[in-house]
Amino acid sequence: MADTSTKGIWKVITASSLGTLIEWYDFYIFGSLAVVISTKFFPADNPMAAFLSTLATFAAGFVVRPFGALFFGRLGDMIGRKYTFMVTLLLMGGATFLIGCIPTYESIGFFAPLLVLLLRLLQGLALGGEYGGAATYVAEHSPKGQRGYWTSWIQTTATFGLFISLMVILVTRKLLSAEEFDAWGWRVPFWISILMVIVSYVIRKKMHESPEFAKAKAEGKTSTDPLKESFGNKYNLKFVLLALFGAAMGQGVVWYTGQFYAMNFMKTVMHVESSQVDSLLGIALLLGTPFFVFFGWLSDKVGRKPIMMLGMLLAIMLYRPIYKEMYEITDVSLKKETSSDVRHNQNVDQTDSYIIYDDGTMKFDRKLINKVTGKEEVMTAIQLPSSGYSYLIFLVFVQVIFVTMVYGPIAAFLVEMFPVKIRYTSMSLPYHVGNGIFGGLLPAISTYLVMNAEKNGDPEFYLEGLWYPIIIAGISFVIGMVYLKTKNNTEHDRS
Amino acid sequence: MKALKRILGIVWMALAVAAAYFCIVEFGLPKLDTGNQEDLVFGIIILFVLTPLIVLGLGIFGYYAVKGEYDDV
Repeated sequence: MADTSTKGIWKVITASSLGTLIEWYDFYIFGSLAVVISTKFFPADNPMAAFLSTLATFAAGFVVRPFGALFFGRLGDMIGRKYTFMVTLLLMGGATFLIGCIPTYESIGFFAPLLVLLLRLLQGLALGGEYGGAATYVAEHSPKGQRGYWTSWIQTTATFGLFISLMVILVTRKLLSAEEFDAWGWRVPFWISILMVIVSYVIRKKMHESPEFAKAKAEGKTSTDPLKESFGNKYNLKFVLLALFGAAMGQGVVWYTGQFYAMNFMKTVMHVESSQVDSLLGIALLLGTPFFVFFGWLSDKVGRKPIMMLGMLLAIMLYRPIYKEMYEITDVSLKKETSSDVRHNQNVDQTDSYIIYDDGTMKFDRKLINKVTGKEEVMTAIQLPSSGYSYLIFLVFVQVIFVTMVYGPIAAFLVEMFPVKIRYTSMSLPYHVGNGIFGGLLPAISTYLVMNAEKNGDPEFYLEGLWYPIIIAGISFVIGMVYLKTKNNTEHDRS
Repeated sequence: MKALKRILGIVWMALAVAAAYFCIVEFGLPKLDTGNQEDLVFGIIILFVLTPLIVLGLGIFGYYAVKGEYDDV
């Protein structure tokens, strides 16, 4: 029999969170090493390889996840939560390990990018199946009235997974020389995954099936066709649509804006030096992570809806002022120049200029002639003074708080919306469509909006990319406010 | 509240039509002929994944709302 005591639930949290954390780690490691991977597998001078590279990024990250949700959700509702999320864990770990073993494009030619693409698709499928299983498994072990608190631990894993992937890469780079890392060291973070997966597998294997699912199975009340019951049945389909448009869609864009768009904006629009962006984002994420648990806990007391809706409303109202403030931190037209220096290197026909401003901001420009195109290229990097750095941490931290408000309670919210027999399938799809499709496309759509506005001479072009998350979150907010119940749903609670 | 839920259903259906226009004409089709591989993949995803999801999903959601399926939710 499953143990639902506090000690027992901590075991469940540890087993579930560790596996989900590893899955996120595996998923992010590919993105974090994208530059190295592209040189090894996707040479830019080969159009087909470049095409496969784009496909590996978009298809696995966004499109395949909902299919994984359907495939593994169905299995989870028929066979059981425990066995299904063990399969997704092994699939993800195996695919990640094998990416680290593939010979380069130089060695096996076209097969290299093709194999990477296939394994990346498997990663996307596994991730699509993992989250719903872990969230459902934890929720079904949670004591009554505490689902928000306990499932919020699962919610922290997406942020921690990103963090650990960056840490593992950082340590590997520190331990090896640049040449060693480029030759084989980049494979190490992929290989490490298999060790973490084995540990997690052993821990998960000892766990019992979720008590709610075990009871349903013993009573013969599990579904024989979860897909048909979830999406072919009008009663359930209307809740799937409500979960997607009234919560997951808005949550997805707020999540991506706070974590990825902010990073992209600082690097490409504000031109803040890359290492400063990574460190300040890391600090903001670390400071913000406990709030996932706080808002999960609070959602047990005041309801999931008020917290998620408030998070969306704050994001809608404050994104533009926040990004305007962020932009002005590095807007040198608002600062006074105090000293400058220009150095020209004739050997490589390159000019470096340094300008220091009155608040301590340093701007570095490197102008060089591109040997292929023959055109002049300018690379800009801005180093922030401590005051600007701290203020930027605060502004990113505020966005992470919005993320924790919408994301902390959502696992419990989705689980409570559906009955045990179709829960895994029904909650996984809106989650992965909301995050994978609506959230995942945010960087591409927002960048398009910014470029368009810049081309049209809009003086505030840098804010235009925010219209996508603002509109999507706005629609989700109205739907959520009008159609969702304020009280937590207890209709499907076990008796 | 029931009346509001139903009236808004018409808005969601109208929004689905507007989204179809923007996704196809503004975002999707222009991306297909830029000659850039990344744009091509992006255009295909917009046209064949995002557009059907928004248009069909929001359309059905609006239809259910108009029909009163969400009256007692």
